[in-house]
Amino acid sequence: MTHFEIKAYPEMWKDLDMDVERFDKMRLMLGEIFEKTYLSQKNRPAGMAYFDNMIAELHGSRIKELLAAKEEGRPVIGTFCVYIPEEIVLAAGGVCVGLCGGSQGSVPDAEKILPRNICPMVKSAFGFKAGRICPYFQVLDFVYGETTCDAKKKTWEILDEMVPTHVMEIPQMKNQTDQEMWLAEVKAFKTKVESFSGKEVTIEDMRRATRTMNNKRKALQRLNTLRHTNPTPISGKDVLLIEQIAFYDEPIRFAREVNELCDELEKRIADNVAIPSKNAARIMVAGVPMALPNWKLHNLVEGAGAVIVNEESCIGTRYYKDLMDENAEDMETILQNLTSRYMQIDCSCFTPNNERIDQVLREYKESGAQGIIHYSLQFCHTYNIEEIRIRQACEREGIPYMFIESDYSPEDVGQLQTRVEAFLEQIGE
Amino acid sequence: MYVGVDLGSRTIKVAAWQDGRMVDHKLQESGFEPHEQAREMIKAYSPRHVIATGYGRHLAHEHFADGVITEIKAHAMGIHTMLPEATTVVDIGGQDSKVIALNVKGQVTNFQMNDKCAAGTGRFLEIMATSLAYPLGDFGPAALASEQEIQINSMCTVFAESEVISMKNRGIPRQHIARAVHSSVADRIIAMLGRIGFGELIAFSGGVANNPCIVQMVRMRLENVQVVVPENPSLIGALGAAIEAARRGGQV
Repeated sequence: MTHFEIKAYPEMWKDLDMDVERFDKMRLMLGEIFEKTYLSQKNRPAGMAYFDNMIAELHGSRIKELLAAKEEGRPVIGTFCVYIPEEIVLAAGGVCVGLCGGSQGSVPDAEKILPRNICPMVKSAFGFKAGRICPYFQVLDFVYGETTCDAKKKTWEILDEMVPTHVMEIPQMKNQTDQEMWLAEVKAFKTKVESFSGKEVTIEDMRRATRTMNNKRKALQRLNTLRHTNPTPISGKDVLLIEQIAFYDEPIRFAREVNELCDELEKRIADNVAIPSKNAARIMVAGVPMALPNWKLHNLVEGAGAVIVNEESCIGTRYYKDLMDENAEDMETILQNLTSRYMQIDCSCFTPNNERIDQVLREYKESGAQGIIHYSLQFCHTYNIEEIRIRQACEREGIPYMFIESDYSPEDVGQLQTRVEAFLEQIGE
Repeated sequence: MYVGVDLGSRTIKVAAWQDGRMVDHKLQESGFEPHEQAREMIKAYSPRHVIATGYGRHLAHEHFADGVITEIKAHAMGIHTMLPEATTVVDIGGQDSKVIALNVKGQVTNFQMNDKCAAGTGRFLEIMATSLAYPLGDFGPAALASEQEIQINSMCTVFAESEVISMKNRGIPRQHIARAVHSSVADRIIAMLGRIGFGELIAFSGGVANNPCIVQMVRMRLENVQVVVPENPSLIGALGAAIEAARRGGQV
C-alpha cells in the first residue's frame, strides 16, 4: 500500500494567515488516521478514489477553487447546519461550505475561551477559527449561523469577533406563525447573500440552483438505497465519508462522482460482490451529525465485524431525504416551496418532533438493519432527551437498541468497544 | 480442559471447566503485561480451547486465546449456569459497572454500562477507602457498622473525593463518611436497575459483590426482590468464558 498523505500547501496557508506549523502537524496526523481507518479496508469500490483524493486535497485544490470563486466576486459562505438554504447561495453564484467540527485537535483552542461543558462539535468548530487551523475558515467571506441550539447561538456572538457571523433564526415549533417567521428569515437571508454577491437573484437562478441541489440530494438518495442491499456493496465508513464530503465539494461534480460510484455499486450487486462479509450484522445509526473527521463509532462497529447501513443524521439522510419543486413560476412561490422543504427537516431542536420518531422507524425498515445505535454528543440536550422517545419506540417495535453518548476524545474507546461488541453479541443470539 | 480468562482492569481471573463443572480457578492482581501473565496462569491446564474476556480480551486473542466474548456475555453465561433463575445481573468491576437483563435461556436482552466515568465502580470505592485511610477489605465492614445516614452529593470520583475531604475536615467520623460513600454507590446501582428493569432474582457479580455493605444496601433498597451473591463473585466472568470455550470446543 502506498503511503497516504494529505497534501501540503504551506505557501497558500501562510497567505491565508494560518498557524502553518501547528496545522502541518494536524495534517500529518489526519493523514495517518485516514490511512488506518480507510485504506486498510479490503475490496473497496474503485469509485472511492475520487473521495480519497478529496481528502488528500482537503487543504489544497478545493481551497484553490474557493479562492478562484472569490476572485470572480462570488461569495464563499461557511455554515454549520442543514437549515441554511444552500439553494439561495448557489442561485447568487456563491459557494456554500459546511464547516468542520469533528476533531479533538481543535478543542483545546476553543477551551481557552469557551466553557468546557458544552457541545464538542461547537468547541471543535470554534477552535478551528481561534487556532487559525482550518483553511476553509480562513478563506470564507462570512459565516451564517443559526439558532438550533443554545451553545451555537451564544458562540456566534464570540465567533463574530474573529470572522463576520450572521445568524438566521430557526423556529422551534412548526405552527403557522413559525412558518411565516421562517419565510421572512429565508427572504432576509436572500437579501443578505445578494448584497454580498452584488447580484439580484432571478427566478431562473433559483430554478437552476434548485435543480443542482435536487440532483445532489438524489445522488445521495441513490447511494443510500444501494447500500441498503443485503449484502451491502459498500462499507458504512465509506458512505459516511461521502456524506461528509457532500458539505464542502462542488455540488455538480460531487453528484456526478456519486452517480458514477452508484453505477459501480449496481454492478457489484449484480455480481454479488459484498463488503465486508455476507454474515456481518447490519447496524443503523441515528442521532447527531458526525462531522469530518469523526469516524469513531463507524470504526468501532465495523472493526467489530458489523456493517453500518444507514445514518439517520444531519450528515446523513436528514440532509438529503427531502427534495423540492424545481418549476415554480415566480420568486414568492419558489421561496415558499423552499421554506416548506426545509420545514420537513426533523431536527431535535423542534418540539414536538414526532416526525423524527416515524422517520427513524421508516429508515430502519428500509435499510434492513438488525439494530439501532443512537449516537449523541455530550451536552447535546435536545438529542439526548429525544433519545428517550426513540428508545421507547424501539422497545415497542422490538428493535434491538443501544444508546451511546460520547465526544471526540479517545478515552472512552475501551468502554465503547465493549458495549458495541456486546450489542452485536445480543443481536447475534 | 476448557479455560476462560478474564483480563480485568485490576485483576486477572482464570476458570477451568471440565465435564460440566468448574474444576479449578485462579485470581491475581494484573501486572504490566497482562497477556503474558494470563498465559502463564493457564499453562498448567494444557487447555483445548481458551476464551478471553475483559479489557484485555483482544490482546489475549492476539497472543494465545482462541476467541473472545465481552464481559457482558461472560457474566450472563456464568450467572445463568450458577443461578439459572436469575434474569438480572449486576456486575461491578474495577472500572465498569453494568446491569444486564437476561431471558430464561440466559441470553442478553438488554444492558447498561457506565461510560468513561469511574463513578460507582470498584475503583471509586478504592479511592474513597484510601482517602479515609481504610484497607480495602475493612472499608465495607466499617461502613456497615455505622448507623449514621449522611449523604454524598457528587457522583463524580474527583468531586466526591473533595466532598469526602471536606467532611473529614468538619470532624465527621470516618465510618459515617464511609457509609455515605457506600450509599452513593448503592443508589447508583438502583438507578441503573431502574433504567433496565429487573426480575425477582438479581445476581450480583464482580469484585464489588465481595463488599458486604454494598450488597446489604442494595437489598434494603429493593422490596420483594432477592439479591444473591454467588460463591466467588469475582470469577463469574472467567467462568462464563470457560463455559463458552467448552461450547465452542464441542463439549457443552
